[in-house]
Amino acid sequence: MEPETNTSLLEIRDLRVSFPSASGHIFPVDGVSLSIAKGETLGLVGESGSGKSMTSLAVMGLVPRPHGKICGGSIAFKGRNLAELTNEEMMNIRGKDISMIFQEPMTSLNPVYTVGDQIVEGILAHGAMSRREARDRAVEMLAKVGIPGPEKRVDSYPHLLSGGMRQRVMIAMALSLDPELLIADEPTTALDVTIQAQILDLMDGLKKERTMSVLLITHNLGIVAESAQRVAVMYAGRILELASTEALFRDPLHPYTRGLLESIPRMEGRVKHLRAIPGMVPSLETLPSGCKFRNRCVYAEDPCGAAEPPLHEAQPGHFVRCRRWHELRAPLEGGGAE
Amino acid sequence: MTDRLLDVRNLKKHFPVRSGLLQRVTAHVKAVDGVSFHLDKGETLGLVGESGCGKSTTGRAVLRLLPVTSGEVLFRDKNLLVLGGEDLRRARRNFQMVFQDPFASLDPRMTVSAIVGEPLAAHGLASSRAERDDRVVQILEEVGLDPSVLNRYAFEFSGGQRQRIGIARALVLNPSLVVADEPVSALDVSIQAQVINLLAELREKLSLTYLFIAHDLSVVKHISDRVAVMYLGRIVETARTEALFSSPLHPYTQALLSAAPVPEPGKKSERIILKGDVPSPLNPPQGCPFHPRCFRVMDRCSREVPGLVERKEGHFAACHLYD
Repeated sequence: MEPETNTSLLEIRDLRVSFPSASGHIFPVDGVSLSIAKGETLGLVGESGSGKSMTSLAVMGLVPRPHGKICGGSIAFKGRNLAELTNEEMMNIRGKDISMIFQEPMTSLNPVYTVGDQIVEGILAHGAMSRREARDRAVEMLAKVGIPGPEKRVDSYPHLLSGGMRQRVMIAMALSLDPELLIADEPTTALDVTIQAQILDLMDGLKKERTMSVLLITHNLGIVAESAQRVAVMYAGRILELASTEALFRDPLHPYTRGLLESIPRMEGRVKHLRAIPGMVPSLETLPSGCKFRNRCVYAEDPCGAAEPPLHEAQPGHFVRCRRWHELRAPLEGGGAE
Repeated sequence: MTDRLLDVRNLKKHFPVRSGLLQRVTAHVKAVDGVSFHLDKGETLGLVGESGCGKSTTGRAVLRLLPVTSGEVLFRDKNLLVLGGEDLRRARRNFQMVFQDPFASLDPRMTVSAIVGEPLAAHGLASSRAERDDRVVQILEEVGLDPSVLNRYAFEFSGGQRQRIGIARALVLNPSLVVADEPVSALDVSIQAQVINLLAELREKLSLTYLFIAHDLSVVKHISDRVAVMYLGRIVETARTEALFSSPLHPYTQALLSAAPVPEPGKKSERIILKGDVPSPLNPPQGCPFHPRCFRVMDRCSREVPGLVERKEGHFAACHLYD
């Protein structure tokens, strides 16, 4: 097999992250496998505690130490297993080949340095340019992300910028060394809708311009539907469903995915009652045996508790972790019951 | 026929900005700048807008949780803004609030019984501990919590359950008006629907009237009969929910509606991307507050403030386009 034909940039296999807990260990990420092709945007969807952010931190080599650790699986980035690299080796990749933007543009910038200093610091850390070139690059990047008067703004402190502008600075910083993979963890959650639209538009444009791959982590199904080519739905540290965006929204196979889609109120049409998923998001300490979703699943039956179902390829490229997916398949009612 | 419960007229809330050595008042942040709306009994008005538009301040000012600069808040024809002392305290049992953050709005050291029972004690509505607990148990059942949680502490609950406790606390006094300020925005998607359904059920069952404040348009659309859109301290458009969502008049409303991502791939509508940020309410633009970001701006927009005028039946918009 020729390696050239394999276009996947990132290949995560059976990733497991562990943290010590009162009763032994918990696994915020428990056997996650996914891949991202060159130029592709993969949406990673889930509720709080589903493990979506921890998955991205593992890719970045940023699992909180000393307690957390990657205890299984591999993260192949262009053929290298990131899980085995030393901190120094990881530092060479982070910010250059893979970079990340976070949810909170307020707390992820240092308030005592100018935005220019912070962008320049990242560029210089990789020793690719002189300080002067780095500064020019910073100005160029600020212009690229649509910050007016970039020559002046480069010397501004973060507190002088609005939330949307700060997120633009974060994007400028993340893209300043032309990474091949951008991890965006809830990049617009802290922003207002009209500003969110600006940022998504900007990210879309920049991504196309440089055939960058994006791992887009969000709880917002609308954002995924618009920006991602494929989607993975996470729950309790596992992927429950993985498919092309088209297939996932048109023909969701897992009861959890269907539940999520039916529980959001729609802009079109109107229903009296939303179809809510019963129960609550489980704690990792008290997960049920077998299928982790079964205690909230209206289709659960005894055998669901016996063994955890594998991630089964139901259709080409469409994977689902449910033993009853075949019999449950039925057309989705748009936006909940009547 | 209509039973007017609340009538808010020209409400203003200006926060003084002090600066300099003598801390003199040098400017005012006009958080709410002349807001008028009404609520009939049993009706839900959704108040939407982006951060800093004054929607939360409006909700709090209506309930007199902060001092108001000027205006009138008529609750069953009685002006709440002139009430004081015992009269105000007594009136308060008729209007209650549900807060956004179920983690911050419940004291972690109080039991459920103490949290939900406190309003009863404060208003002297239960003569004995037993009577109070009876009422607390009754309202807990209404919001879908098991009475066995009575002696547990708030921190033991998940976000969705905490929000149920917060709702129980608001409803234990049998209020007629509930101001819900972003009641589901801190909750996970699967839990949001539960709480929205609960609020809708309780509205029917207890014939409640809601002022529902939120930034999520699809949530507001789902629960409201009418919607008011705020921008920089003013209502720029208000109409019945269907009319506002199907034919928005104000360019800001149009942009806001088009900006919300839709969970249907390939359905990306023509999105109106607004330029720039929301201006500071400390120094709002002259004329129409939206004109620097407006894609249909005209000459007069920078000079004249448009009034909130009825353009179609029950559909009001503050925009010169329709003059």
